[in-house]
Formats: sequence, C-alpha cells, structure tokens
Amino acid sequence: MKYLVLLIGDGELKPWSEHDDEEQAAVMRQFEAFHAAVEERDGVEILAGEALAGPAHATTVRTRGGSTVLTEGPYTEAIEQMGGFYLVETPDLDALLELLRVLPPYDMQLSPAVDPY
Amino acid sequence: MVTPDVPSQPGLEGLERVVREEWGRLVALLLAQFRRLDLVEDALGDAVAAASRRWPVDGAPANPPAWLLTTARRRVVDRLRTEDVARRKEPMLVVDARQRQEGARTMADAGSLVEDDVLRLVLMCAHPALAPESASALSLRLVLGVPTADIARLFLVPEPTMAARITRAKKRIVGAGIPFGVPDASVLPDRIEVVAQTAYLAFTAGYAPGTGPDLLRAELSGEAVRLVRVVLGLRPDEPALVALLALMLLQHSRRDARLRDGRLVLLAGQDRSRWHHDEVAEATRLLSSAPLAGPVTPTTASYVLQARIAAEHATVASSDDTPWDRIVGLYDLLLQVSPSPSARLARAVAVAEDRGAVAGLAELEGLEIPDSHRPAAVRAELLSRAGDTDAARAAYDQAIAACRNDVERAFLEGQRAALRRPT
Repeated sequence: MKYLVLLIGDGELKPWSEHDDEEQAAVMRQFEAFHAAVEERDGVEILAGEALAGPAHATTVRTRGGSTVLTEGPYTEAIEQMGGFYLVETPDLDALLELLRVLPPYDMQLSPAVDPY
Repeated sequence: MVTPDVPSQPGLEGLERVVREEWGRLVALLLAQFRRLDLVEDALGDAVAAASRRWPVDGAPANPPAWLLTTARRRVVDRLRTEDVARRKEPMLVVDARQRQEGARTMADAGSLVEDDVLRLVLMCAHPALAPESASALSLRLVLGVPTADIARLFLVPEPTMAARITRAKKRIVGAGIPFGVPDASVLPDRIEVVAQTAYLAFTAGYAPGTGPDLLRAELSGEAVRLVRVVLGLRPDEPALVALLALMLLQHSRRDARLRDGRLVLLAGQDRSRWHHDEVAEATRLLSSAPLAGPVTPTTASYVLQARIAAEHATVASSDDTPWDRIVGLYDLLLQVSPSPSARLARAVAVAEDRGAVAGLAELEGLEIPDSHRPAAVRAELLSRAGDTDAARAAYDQAIAACRNDVERAFLEGQRAALRRPT
C-alpha cells in the first residue's frame, strides 16, 4: 500500500525556529534514522518526501460557482503548521506505524492512496 | 453414576457449542485463506445455518468444526465466482506474505499456526486505529461470534446501528491497511494492552446502567470475560490480561446478588451466598500469580489495584468486617497511578465508611462527574447519615433528576422517601 504521511503539527516538540543549532541537528539525525530504518526494512520504500515552506507561502484554490478564487495561506488553520510529507510504500499500517516511531514525535495524518487497478 | 461412553450425536445443542467455541478459529482460518473481511462472516453464518438443517437429519459429522470450515469455504468460493469483474477489485485484507505461502490451513492443524491466526484476528479487531467502541463490538462479533443483536443490547444501541458500526469497522480495517498480522515484538505488549482495554470496555458496557428497565446485562458482560480468556490462552503470561481477568471475575462474581425483585441491591445489602465464590477464588489466585510479581505498566497497575479493592470486599464474611482503612489506602495508590473522578468518588465512600459521614462529605468537595447522578446520590446518602435531612433531600432531588436508569431511579426515590419527615 502507498500512504501519504503528512507531518501536520509539532506536537510536543517546540517550533523548528526555537531549536538551537544542536537541537536542530538532533532532529535531523532522527530523520536520517527514519530513512535508514526504512532502507533496512523489506517491502518499505520512501517514494517521495519533502519539507514544505511555511503557511505564508501556501496558496489555497477554491472553485465556487464556476469561478476560481485564490487566497493566501493554508486551506485550514488546522494544517497551518504542516511541515513536510512522505509518500511511503509499505505492506500495511502496522509496519508504517512502527517505522514512524523513529521520527520526531510530530502530529501526523496517514492517508492510504487508492489503488486504481 | 457412570456416563455411558457413546459417541455424541449433537443436534442443535452441539452445534451451538461448536459455534461458541470455534467461531474465532474458523473466522481466522477463512481470513488467512481468502483475505475477504466482507465475505467471511456471512459465509460462516450460512454454514451454521446449513448445519442447523442438516445435522439433526444426517447426524452430526465426525469433526464438526471441519465440516463448518469446509462448508464456509465453499460459500466463499461460490461468492467469488459470481462476483463480476468490477467486484473483483474489492480491496483485500492485508495478510503477511510469508503467512499466505503457508497455504490453506485446516481445523486438523490444531497447532500453533491456527493459534497464531486467532491472535492475528484479535489484534486486528482491537487495533488502536479503530475507535474503541467499534473495536469492542468487532472483537465480540468476529472472535467470539456473539450475535449482533446481543452486542447492540450490551452497548445500548439499536441493532441496525450496531450492524452498521460493525460493517463500518470492517471497511475501515481494509481501507486503512490494518493488517491481519502480529506486529513486531517491541510493540506487542502495547497492543495486548489495547486488547485488554477493548475487552474491559465491553465488560463495563454490560454493567453501565441504561435508560430503560434492563438494568443488568451481566450475562453479556460475561462474553467480555470469555474474550480475555481466549487471548490469555494465546498469551498466558501477559500481565495486563492476567490483572484484567482478576478484576472482571471479582466484579462479575456479584452479578446474581445485585438485583432482588427487580430492585438494585447495594454491596452491603447483597446476599453473599449468591456470589460466585469460585470466581473470587480464581481471581485471588491470579492476583498472586507470577506474571504480576514484577514491575507492571500503569494500566496494568490500575487493574491490579481495582481488583485488590474488589477482593477486599469479596473475601470478608460480612460487610461489617470490610477493612475500609486498607481500601482507602488502595484508592490512594489508584489515584496516583490513574487519577479519575469516579475513583475519587469511590474513595470518598470508603473514607465515609472508615472515618464517618462528615469525613466522607469533605472528600466530595468540588467533585463532579458530567452527566452522572452518582456524586449527588453519594452526597445525599452521606448527608442523611450525618443527620442533615433537608440537604439530603435536596441532593436526592438532584440525583433523581440526573438519573436515567429506571431501576436506579426507583432506588433513589425509595431512599428519599425513607428520609425523616420534615418537622
């Protein structure tokens, strides 16, 4: 199965900008550990993954009554903090949950992709 | 008397027993083979219906579970054949590839492979990604074969609502990618703890007072006890399960004494000869067994402490001998491990018994439980004991207004009427 893993909120972590250099390096090591753990695991693969620019750079597109309206900022306040994503191929939810424990403890949403075939 | 050694020819009674004992194993085997959560339960239901027609006529088969498995397999295969091309895209349950290669197992394979399948089934039904009530209902349905109507009654919802909830849970399992599998050993104890919580939710649902006259659904709570026994059979040393079984048995042992002539009987007034003392003895043994000798998690500790409190009540000859000071001490520990308003309320009751009504009332200060009549009911009782009849009457009014269970309300009204008349 493919899952989109949205890193939605900082959870119990403080915001990235409040980390000093050493703390930022520690968080980066957790991301590296996640990549390494995925690498080692049969049947799991990171298909894509990016850090995302802050909400100030997001554009929201809505089509209402046939006309398209663009607004500045994120779709909802709830995902204002969304910091990044992974697209992961994994056998099942449990395998993914186990690997995600290696990441910093962000709030996340895991959405399976629909298999069209 | 010597029982004649004849081969049993079970008619419907035998079928009922086989279904009760083997349902989970049959579901697990069918899921491992076909991975179709949407078909397996119906196919097994059809097989049971076929058995109820055939066995009384043809006699029971030599191996009843194997007969049911074979019949259910044919049903699934028939359904798969008739599915059109579009339906063939029906999403399948995630099953470990290694496990699939082991091939179709049979009931004759009674060894560890089938036991593993039952554990997979239990862990799938009680997955933390399912809402707790859905997980509870699904576990009772798939692992134990409890009829949907009974599960609905247990959780106090209409049967169609429960049927829809179970269907939704099955769809979510397939859609969210919850596997029919056993997770890594590092997370297995956590997952077993979720299984325990799932079973306890079903158990307490049976004792939760409902809105109608159906005060005690205790025989249905017994199904949750059975669920814990099944899982404990698979993982005999799991502290959370051992502690939870002890707690459930102690609470459940009093089921026959809680009602008399349709009226609620409080602990102190219960006929202790109607308690199930064999269950008390089993619980006491469990509490001192090896799996609980070492350090345990907070959840397990809270089960142990609640069980110890129940055991203090269960093992004295009369309610006058209850060691209330020890019970207060156990509640102190429980509040440290897992603070909750209901534990505080219960502690206040114990304090009142130990040190008098006034001391108990002081413990009730500022205690509220939303949508519950219990704090007001306890306050009323203690005010009455303390001689403040007017305040007691007001507290009973408050409790009666908040109470949504007919039998409990009748009890409170009786208590209010028995207060000394205003002078």
